[in-house]
Amino acid sequence: MQKHTETKTQTKRKGSSLWHDAMRYLFRQRSAILGMSILGGMLLLAIFAPFIATHDPTLSMLDVPEQVAMGIKRRLPPCIHLLGCPAEQPQHLMGLDSNVRDLFSRVIYGARYSLYIGFASVGFAIMIGSLLGAVAGYLGGWVDNVVMRLMDVLLAFPALLLAIAIVTVLGPGLVNALLAIGIVSIPSYARVMRASVLSVKERDFVTADRALGVPSIRILFHRILPNAITPLIVQGTLGIATAILDAAALSFLGLGAQPPTPEWGTMLGAERNQVFTAPHLVFFPGIGIMLTVLSFNLLGDGLRDALDPRLNR
Amino acid sequence: MTSYIIRRLLLAIPVLLGILFVTFALARMIPGDPCRAVLGEHATDQICDAFIKRHGLDKPIPTQFAVYLGEITHGDFGDSLRFQRPVTALLSERLPVTVELGLSALILAVIVGIPLGIISAYWRNSAVDVGTMLLANTGVSMPVFWLGLMLAYIFAVMLKGTPIWLPPSGRMTSGMSLPPLYETWNIAVVQGEGWYSVLAFLSNINTFNALVTGHWLELWDAIKHLILPAVALGTIPMAIIARMTRSSLLEVLGLDYVRTARAKGLQEHAVVLRHALRNAMLPVATVIGLQLGTLLGGAVLTETIFGLTGVGKTLFDSITSRDYVVVQVFTLVIAVGFVAVNLIVDLSYALLDPRVRLD
Repeated sequence: MQKHTETKTQTKRKGSSLWHDAMRYLFRQRSAILGMSILGGMLLLAIFAPFIATHDPTLSMLDVPEQVAMGIKRRLPPCIHLLGCPAEQPQHLMGLDSNVRDLFSRVIYGARYSLYIGFASVGFAIMIGSLLGAVAGYLGGWVDNVVMRLMDVLLAFPALLLAIAIVTVLGPGLVNALLAIGIVSIPSYARVMRASVLSVKERDFVTADRALGVPSIRILFHRILPNAITPLIVQGTLGIATAILDAAALSFLGLGAQPPTPEWGTMLGAERNQVFTAPHLVFFPGIGIMLTVLSFNLLGDGLRDALDPRLNR
Repeated sequence: MTSYIIRRLLLAIPVLLGILFVTFALARMIPGDPCRAVLGEHATDQICDAFIKRHGLDKPIPTQFAVYLGEITHGDFGDSLRFQRPVTALLSERLPVTVELGLSALILAVIVGIPLGIISAYWRNSAVDVGTMLLANTGVSMPVFWLGLMLAYIFAVMLKGTPIWLPPSGRMTSGMSLPPLYETWNIAVVQGEGWYSVLAFLSNINTFNALVTGHWLELWDAIKHLILPAVALGTIPMAIIARMTRSSLLEVLGLDYVRTARAKGLQEHAVVLRHALRNAMLPVATVIGLQLGTLLGGAVLTETIFGLTGVGKTLFDSITSRDYVVVQVFTLVIAVGFVAVNLIVDLSYALLDPRVRLD
């Protein structure tokens, strides 16, 4: 009994110990560290793309006289001098694409687009979704019913098909693609937020606030939102992974970023018929997508375990 | 139980109405002129006016929706604008392709995913576990279309001439074909009747048709064509199922009744496979049910890559060519399938776990 009280006071003294513990736990998980490392690498690639890329990602090598003089051809396989590629051939780490552009530089710049799409579409979905979920959960009654039935309708479609339909309505393009992906992922955030609000809203500290006459908006932002943030972070991290995959699929189908944008999905879509003759054009952009998505999945799983108070460790 | 099912079905009605309206509205919000999308750029205004009038596209949208609802309740789903054929005929031709592909992908995902999850959970933190989970994480992170293209390259190009060569596209080698079931069995059916649609639907599931009629050569050919698309489509669900099986089984293995089972001297495989696994299957069943969306979304991409004319590819083509009628009916079928699968998943809880009471 005495021991029990002791631990209780100890946790109290530490203050924001949930986050502290969670972070400590996160940095002890091998898979989460792997995820964070890959993600960190991708961020560096995206930020320093102009310094890392060896060529302009949209420049055709046919417009570079020295390259033409060295006898470049379109869809040339990778040529790395260190690995025994003859020195008289120009070095292209991942080869050339169908428009005689340097694939390595395009893949590097692609990191920018994927990360941008992931963060932007999920950010949009979290903003709208959590607002809807919070309002539905907090007000209850018919508002709750209408909002959640609307979410059910959205969830009744396979996400990718709905996104395809929305992009067709809005018109193909990068921004519309990420809007569409944002819209189809709204319901999952609305559900998470609503569940959190419902679990918090009858708690004593909220009742106390209400008795004191604190305005609803203030209760929502200062009491309820902070308590709902944990599941939102987990859902959001895993959501970015899905968003990047879906965006790549839209681009692959020609509905997302348009050529010559060096977006990985667009690159795959443009070169997909070359897979039997020049597989490197399909291989490398796909690896880019896979690594980025993998990093968010690993990090999301790690965060979920770290932030789950039920797990004893 | 029955009252629960009835209530669930009633609850699905408003959602289905909402789905009907959303698909209807979305289909009409797609910018562009349906007439010229169907008849070509050079259709004259006169022809287009007639086309629009014939398909009732000149009336206000709410009227169109009311007319549409009325037709549906009479079982009339309309004709495809692009193919000038009843949508139902199109559906009985193309739905089997997707059903065959989706089912084989799902079966593959379940029969590989669940054992992988069990192995991983049982030898927790071992090299096997780490390896399996790394594979599973990579599996969920791969774009379906990329995996499909890479598989096609590996099995159709790199392994050309070896016994494990696999065809990269189509459903059967050209020249091979299967007669419809009603021809093989000499059943007299009238086109357009109920039995005809059922038989036509089943005939178009090539593997099923070949299996029940004993066309072994065709069966082997159809299976060979099915392997690559099914692996591409099934990988993500497989990985998700493996991860869910692992975490759910781990949770159950830590419970007291499992310790009791061990304490009373049961053999390990009985403890894990009979006592623990059954309770661990509940969340796994949910996850399997949820894969329908992944499968249908992935079907668009898989069918595009492997040259299959299924529901996904048809729907995508219809959206881009503004074939309203096809878009509406196909999305409706998909959404109804969704609602039905969710119901089945909920019912399966009661089967898997007698403690769950549905009321």
